[in-house]
Amino acid sequence: MNLVVIDYGMGNLHSVGKAAEHVAPANWRVKVSANPVEIAAADRVVLPGQGAARDCMAAIDALGLREPILDALTNKPLLGICMGLQVLLDHSAENKGIDCLGHFSGEVLPFAHDQIDADNGEALCVPAMGWNPVFHRPHPLWDGIEQGQHFYYAHSYFVAPSDSQWVVGESEYPDRFACALARENVFACQFHPEKSATQGLRLLQNFVQWDI
Amino acid sequence: MSLAKRIIPCLDVDGGRVVKGVQFVDIRDAGDPVDIAHRYDREGADEITFLDITASSDDRETMVNVVSKVAEQVFIPLTVGGGIRQFSDVRRMLNAGADKVSINSAALADPDIISESTDSVGAQCIVVAMDAKRVSEDNQPPRWEVFTHGGRRSTGIDAVEWAVKVCALGAGEILLTSMDRDGTKNGFDLALTRAVSDAVHIPVIASGGVGNLDHLADGVLTGGAAAVLAASIFHFGEYTIGEAKAHMRDRGIAVRL
Repeated sequence: MNLVVIDYGMGNLHSVGKAAEHVAPANWRVKVSANPVEIAAADRVVLPGQGAARDCMAAIDALGLREPILDALTNKPLLGICMGLQVLLDHSAENKGIDCLGHFSGEVLPFAHDQIDADNGEALCVPAMGWNPVFHRPHPLWDGIEQGQHFYYAHSYFVAPSDSQWVVGESEYPDRFACALARENVFACQFHPEKSATQGLRLLQNFVQWDI
Repeated sequence: MSLAKRIIPCLDVDGGRVVKGVQFVDIRDAGDPVDIAHRYDREGADEITFLDITASSDDRETMVNVVSKVAEQVFIPLTVGGGIRQFSDVRRMLNAGADKVSINSAALADPDIISESTDSVGAQCIVVAMDAKRVSEDNQPPRWEVFTHGGRRSTGIDAVEWAVKVCALGAGEILLTSMDRDGTKNGFDLALTRAVSDAVHIPVIASGGVGNLDHLADGVLTGGAAAVLAASIFHFGEYTIGEAKAHMRDRGIAVRL
């Protein structure tokens, strides 16, 4: 079996690769790659990503990765992480509006800068950086992960899908937002499982073992 | 419900070895950054910061190796600071496996390194570290300036104004160290922490002066910090991260347990 972390030059792919290696069985090959042939040949793919929507979409197209990603979305387990979730929506409000891959219909929206945390009356920081509890709905990737466990986030935008049945996880900042979407062979999350300690590694391990 | 307030142990690394470390019973080698990072991860640290205090630039490559080794085994956010002079240094640390890079004097010398970095790698990767010192007299309203060279040299730049500026340039976080309190164990300069936290919309990490667990809680409750950083109280085994979190929770702070 081989797992490819799709490398489109955006952000810390090495963490994702190292975490995947950590949880994958010893006989698996984990590779960080931008090669469409390797992506097509992979048994599973991870679509990570950090940075701005415009740059991510530009990099995907500049590297000729749009087709391989769209292809993977139809035929193999795919895990999107952070920007790897956001680019799966129709459109992002970032950078004055960017068209994305449209696997999930819906928008990517910014957190407002003037919100107040009802817990303590403090202004909410944007980007939202840190650990936030996740509340999930049944999906194999949550196996062994209890409700309300903390995952690590670093984001200023969140996804607003048009169909709530894809939402398999939610967090609050301060309003509830979708932090994980899933449909068939695709699971994508806003938080960083590769940086979320034991819970995150468990989710990655569940992805490696996910039997669709 | 919102983000948990973070506790960040900071490790000073010199020539690839953690300095000021203490002999933990379950650690083979008190100077090995990988061992110590592992221990903090197990104790529930929300993030780990490495500060490269190596004097010689020849040893910079050593830090890259340290980061790479830790990132292979520790799966929480890693921040690396010290010796970051230009954007290529930022890129090199991120490629080695750091999640965030903190920039201090290079940002003062050329603030454009902040926007150059955040444009390229995203605000979430870029922490601006600032060392502030009170310059007002006791009977005046408090005012702080940004200092360099371990607090010996003032830049003449107002600390709160600098915080606002780095925020506007796109920094993702501010690591705010009080040079008056650093090493004193008398607690954070809470007025400084509050002044900076209120002036910016990005997370502020309070640093400098932690001597007990109430100091950590005060940094959040009184100072308004999103995260608290400490070195010696954890290194010297006075408190575990778990004890620190339990104490913060008991004072009504949301933490990740």
